[in-house]
Amino acid sequence: MSSAQLSIAIVETDRERALLIEQSLREAGEFTIHVVSEIPGLARRIQALSPDVVLIDLESPSRDTLEELALASGPLERPVAMFVDRSGDGLTDAAIEAGVSAYVVDGLKPQRVKPVLDAAIARFRMFQRMRTELAETKRALEERKVIDRAKGMLMKARGVGEDEAYALLRKAAMDQGKRVADVAQALVTAAGLLG
Amino acid sequence: MKTTTLSVGFIPLTDAAPLIIAQEMGYAAEEGIALDLKRAPSWSSLRDMLSFGRVDAAHMLSPVPVAAALGLGGAGVPLSAVSVLSVNGNVIGVSNALAEKLRRQGHDFGFNDARAAGAALIAATDETLRIGVPFPFSMHAELLYYWLSALGLSVPEALQVRTVPPPLMADAMEAGEIDAFCVGEPWGSMAVENGVGALLLPGAAIWSFAPEKVLAVRSDWAETEQSLLGRLIRASWRAGRWLAEPDSRTLASEILSRPDYLGVPAEVLDRALTGRMVISSQGEERQVPRMLEFHHGAASFPWRSQAEWIGRQLAARAGLDPEGAGKAGRATFRSDLHRAALAGTSADLPGASSKLEGSLAEPLPVASESGQLFLGPDRFFDGRIFEPDGN
Repeated sequence: MSSAQLSIAIVETDRERALLIEQSLREAGEFTIHVVSEIPGLARRIQALSPDVVLIDLESPSRDTLEELALASGPLERPVAMFVDRSGDGLTDAAIEAGVSAYVVDGLKPQRVKPVLDAAIARFRMFQRMRTELAETKRALEERKVIDRAKGMLMKARGVGEDEAYALLRKAAMDQGKRVADVAQALVTAAGLLG
Repeated sequence: MKTTTLSVGFIPLTDAAPLIIAQEMGYAAEEGIALDLKRAPSWSSLRDMLSFGRVDAAHMLSPVPVAAALGLGGAGVPLSAVSVLSVNGNVIGVSNALAEKLRRQGHDFGFNDARAAGAALIAATDETLRIGVPFPFSMHAELLYYWLSALGLSVPEALQVRTVPPPLMADAMEAGEIDAFCVGEPWGSMAVENGVGALLLPGAAIWSFAPEKVLAVRSDWAETEQSLLGRLIRASWRAGRWLAEPDSRTLASEILSRPDYLGVPAEVLDRALTGRMVISSQGEERQVPRMLEFHHGAASFPWRSQAEWIGRQLAARAGLDPEGAGKAGRATFRSDLHRAALAGTSADLPGASSKLEGSLAEPLPVASESGQLFLGPDRFFDGRIFEPDGN
């Protein structure tokens, strides 16, 4: 087992993400890579592939399914355990922080897994950044919409222009120590209640 | 007092209530702490978030700290159960096809007789029963194995146990991947609500006082952060006491139903909180005593004997030495820390830390600090009594 190529299974339903992870791994070394994209029957599929390393997104609810493999007790089954480095370089900690977890078969040397994890961690960090940015953009967009609605209401109710309406919102926000978006949301909610 | 924020992980389940309520109803604030509640996508990731310090404390399946002590799954970081957050609360459900077959064979869905329901289930199964549980190390799995093996089914061979996260249980049943499940509320009721199955039995009918979720922390954190730990234990204990009051239930289900917490309609959450379960899409109702208990009978007390029972059950399936596993299990349920944290409050705790499990058919007064404490009932459906080694 020590000289043969490491085989890696990537559990990822998003095809594009799976491809990106696969690509990073290929750049890191010579591995046999399988992508498992279907969640039903995940444990059995992993068992059939019998990989040395399984990589799975920490956010995936299906991760729990892999825990079954930790109890593998048949003579031909290789128990799989979560990768926990004892080398002290905090690899597992870094992986958890990046949002990826690795399961490795019993008896595999940590130094063989390290390049795999390093590559996966780098890739998952990027995913996480993208996810945060997307969420931020979405929120900013939502807030913009609410502020626009609140402005529209003020313009109509008080007969003022757009700039003045915004100035009113900003002043209210400053007086109350709140964000403009929060004041706008309160106004929109209140207006909805009053009909 | 300066407020300290603790990050606490939870899985979207009705029995996460003591932590959510501790924060929302101000019991945490009373203790000078704020709970930053983080919803986790799966039990394994919550366990790892706890092990690696991403959260300070977590809502956790009672067998997980025991499994960690036995080296089963996870990172091998020692975890401690410092309170029992909830007793009972699971349901066993069957697919529509299986429910129909059970009815044809004369089962009445009485929802209170584990022996009758189990015998009917075994009789209605042609091949191996495919059954979903949320996690390999869970009270769900323990109750199922205990129940069906006591009725003569050879486990685990005659069962195909599949791990399915609670919120996906109904989907797995609809997709025909499982014939039955054992899951925590509200996910059993959601399967009924979505018309994919019927409920066969509450977990409480198998063991009437099963420690379900615990408040888990890293064992080293419990030693170094004793003051914070004490505040957290007291806040969740007061939340549990509040939850046990009938008047609290409407508000509790409203709070839990918020999208950030469970995101499930309040009227569905209400069922486990009141014990008034709707068991089929025809709307049949069954009243279940102690469907989900947060407080009465010293529910929060982490009995060493409960952990020993769990340790021995896990050991039997994993091929480990049962005596050693029982002992390792006992050490994870910290009745000492629980008692220390609640000293000086109105909590009435038992004098002992270990008891016979399954010996009480009726509530029984026991020795306690005030002498007013009633324990039980805590019977197993087959009448067996578990006598712990330690005391």
